[in-house]
Amino acid sequence: MGTANLYQEVILDHNKKPRNWGKLSNPTHQAEGFNPLCGDRINLMLEVSHESIVDIAVEGDSCAICKASASMMSATVKGKTVGLAECLVAEFREMVVGDKKKGVSNKLGRLKVFQGIRELPSRVKCAVLPWHTLFAAVNSQNNVTTEGSDDPTS
Amino acid sequence: MNKLAHRKEVDKEGLNLGEIRKDFPILETVVKGNPLVYLDNAASSQMPIQVINRISDYHLSEHSNIHRAVHYLSEKATAEYENSREIVKNFLNIESSKEVIFTRGTTNGINLVCQSYGSKFLKEGDEILISYLEHHANIVPWQLLSEKIGTKLKVIPMTDDGDIDFEAFKKLITKNTKFLSLTHISNALGTVLPIKEMVEYAHEYDIPVLVDGAQSVPHAEVDVRDIDCDFYVFSGHKMCGPSGIGVLYGKSKFLEKMDPYEGGGDMILSVSFEKTVYNKVPYKFEAGTPPIAQAIGLGSAVEYLQEIGMDKINQHEKNLLRYATDELNKIPGVRIIGTAENKAGVISFVIDGVHPHDIGTLLNDDGIAIRTGHHCAQPIMDKYKIPATARASFYLYNTMSEIDKLINGIYSIKKLFGA
Ligand SMILES: Cc1ncc(COP(=O)(O)O)c(C=O)c1O
Repeated sequence: MGTANLYQEVILDHNKKPRNWGKLSNPTHQAEGFNPLCGDRINLMLEVSHESIVDIAVEGDSCAICKASASMMSATVKGKTVGLAECLVAEFREMVVGDKKKGVSNKLGRLKVFQGIRELPSRVKCAVLPWHTLFAAVNSQNNVTTEGSDDPTS
Repeated sequence: MNKLAHRKEVDKEGLNLGEIRKDFPILETVVKGNPLVYLDNAASSQMPIQVINRISDYHLSEHSNIHRAVHYLSEKATAEYENSREIVKNFLNIESSKEVIFTRGTTNGINLVCQSYGSKFLKEGDEILISYLEHHANIVPWQLLSEKIGTKLKVIPMTDDGDIDFEAFKKLITKNTKFLSLTHISNALGTVLPIKEMVEYAHEYDIPVLVDGAQSVPHAEVDVRDIDCDFYVFSGHKMCGPSGIGVLYGKSKFLEKMDPYEGGGDMILSVSFEKTVYNKVPYKFEAGTPPIAQAIGLGSAVEYLQEIGMDKINQHEKNLLRYATDELNKIPGVRIIGTAENKAGVISFVIDGVHPHDIGTLLNDDGIAIRTGHHCAQPIMDKYKIPATARASFYLYNTMSEIDKLINGIYSIKKLFGA
């Protein structure tokens, strides 16, 4: 899929009307993700109860790819168990930076639009940042960046 | 929104653009089906075939080590390497070729002065003055030095337009100010600093001045003796030359008393385990085998630019800048960041509702290469409270119709985003 197509699919909808955007009043988990290379910054809050993500909110200041990725992620993991969310984190990561030959997990559903990001190496981190932040939040880590020892793409 | 597409070509700046563009084979690159529009010259410029051939000839028939052997190739390579030093000397109106030190680039030159001058002559409590407009290369080395020896870094503020605040500069000078390190032209905003006036003012207080010329030497005539700065640094890869080479100019009176930067071969006269005698300048600062092909390539790049004429290149870029500025200002929701009166061919801009990285990725679909990000000048981004900008930067081979393509590209992005 070409870049413009990728944009058309994800931006028109999620960039303008991001889902679950804002804050939670009683989050049980929270993390801030930062990509120092491009300045993308997102703040993620979760309400976890009985091992399930009962509510999620994201806000931040980022490029369209990151924002759309965050929006779609939030819609996908809401209501799912923490275990399944962690599994999706791994699969999303695998899709955008893993071995191309392996194919893409069907569990990812609509998130498969981000497959094309592989062809834009400089933008991979924009798409991964929300997932990286989700992983940090459920593992009670409050700050993550896409660089250095935290780098989710290496 | 294709109203610009049929505009007539008006590239009549005294430069023969048709001929110049033929000198740069890379400009024929096709990106995603579109001809490359290269507008990232402030990061790195392209090399003309004359320079590429010169480097290739060196590898084909002159390659050897320098200053060492008595055989034919070594003497040839040494002569060509030293000839490049002469070329650079004449280009910047430097008094003596002893004052021309080959480095790996601007960053390396600044670090050299930091170490060899700073560590030796600055002490705890001394103040080093830089400006808000610096590239990280002219911030971080001074921070590292300050951590080590206890000097204090002070920053000259900038105005909202992106100009240096000259009055604030005067007030920041105290009896403890012992060094001033300034960029000549901001790579992020294009601001041209009143460098000569600043050097003159600093010299009234006997403060040595380093000027970062990474963005000026490629684009304008520079006369270091007229500026009267004490150090001047720049990089080859932004001026039609190869990467891996740069120059540090320093006044002899400073270079002579500074410590060597690195130790090794070539920078010594004699070595024993008890005592080593250093070589004279500039060799004292060129330890080990230098980037010989790159130095020769840089000399060739200077000759190429001189043949075309720095004044013509500068005028051409001014025309491009004026045109691009006018056209960008006509687009609703586009804001130019950095509107100083005196600007070089660099335009940073943002589009309401569109992140600069998305601008860069989408323009690339049209074959247009710009830079997006903080341009290694994060303090400037913080000042404007933006995470990044999109930046187009021009050089001698860019045309008005390339700017039209940029403008059309921006209209398409706005449409896609509904911005
Ligand atoms: C103003 C300025 N200073 C310093 C540098 C660093 O140059 P280099 O990376 O060639 O050492 C640059 C280049 O990005 C620059 O634009």
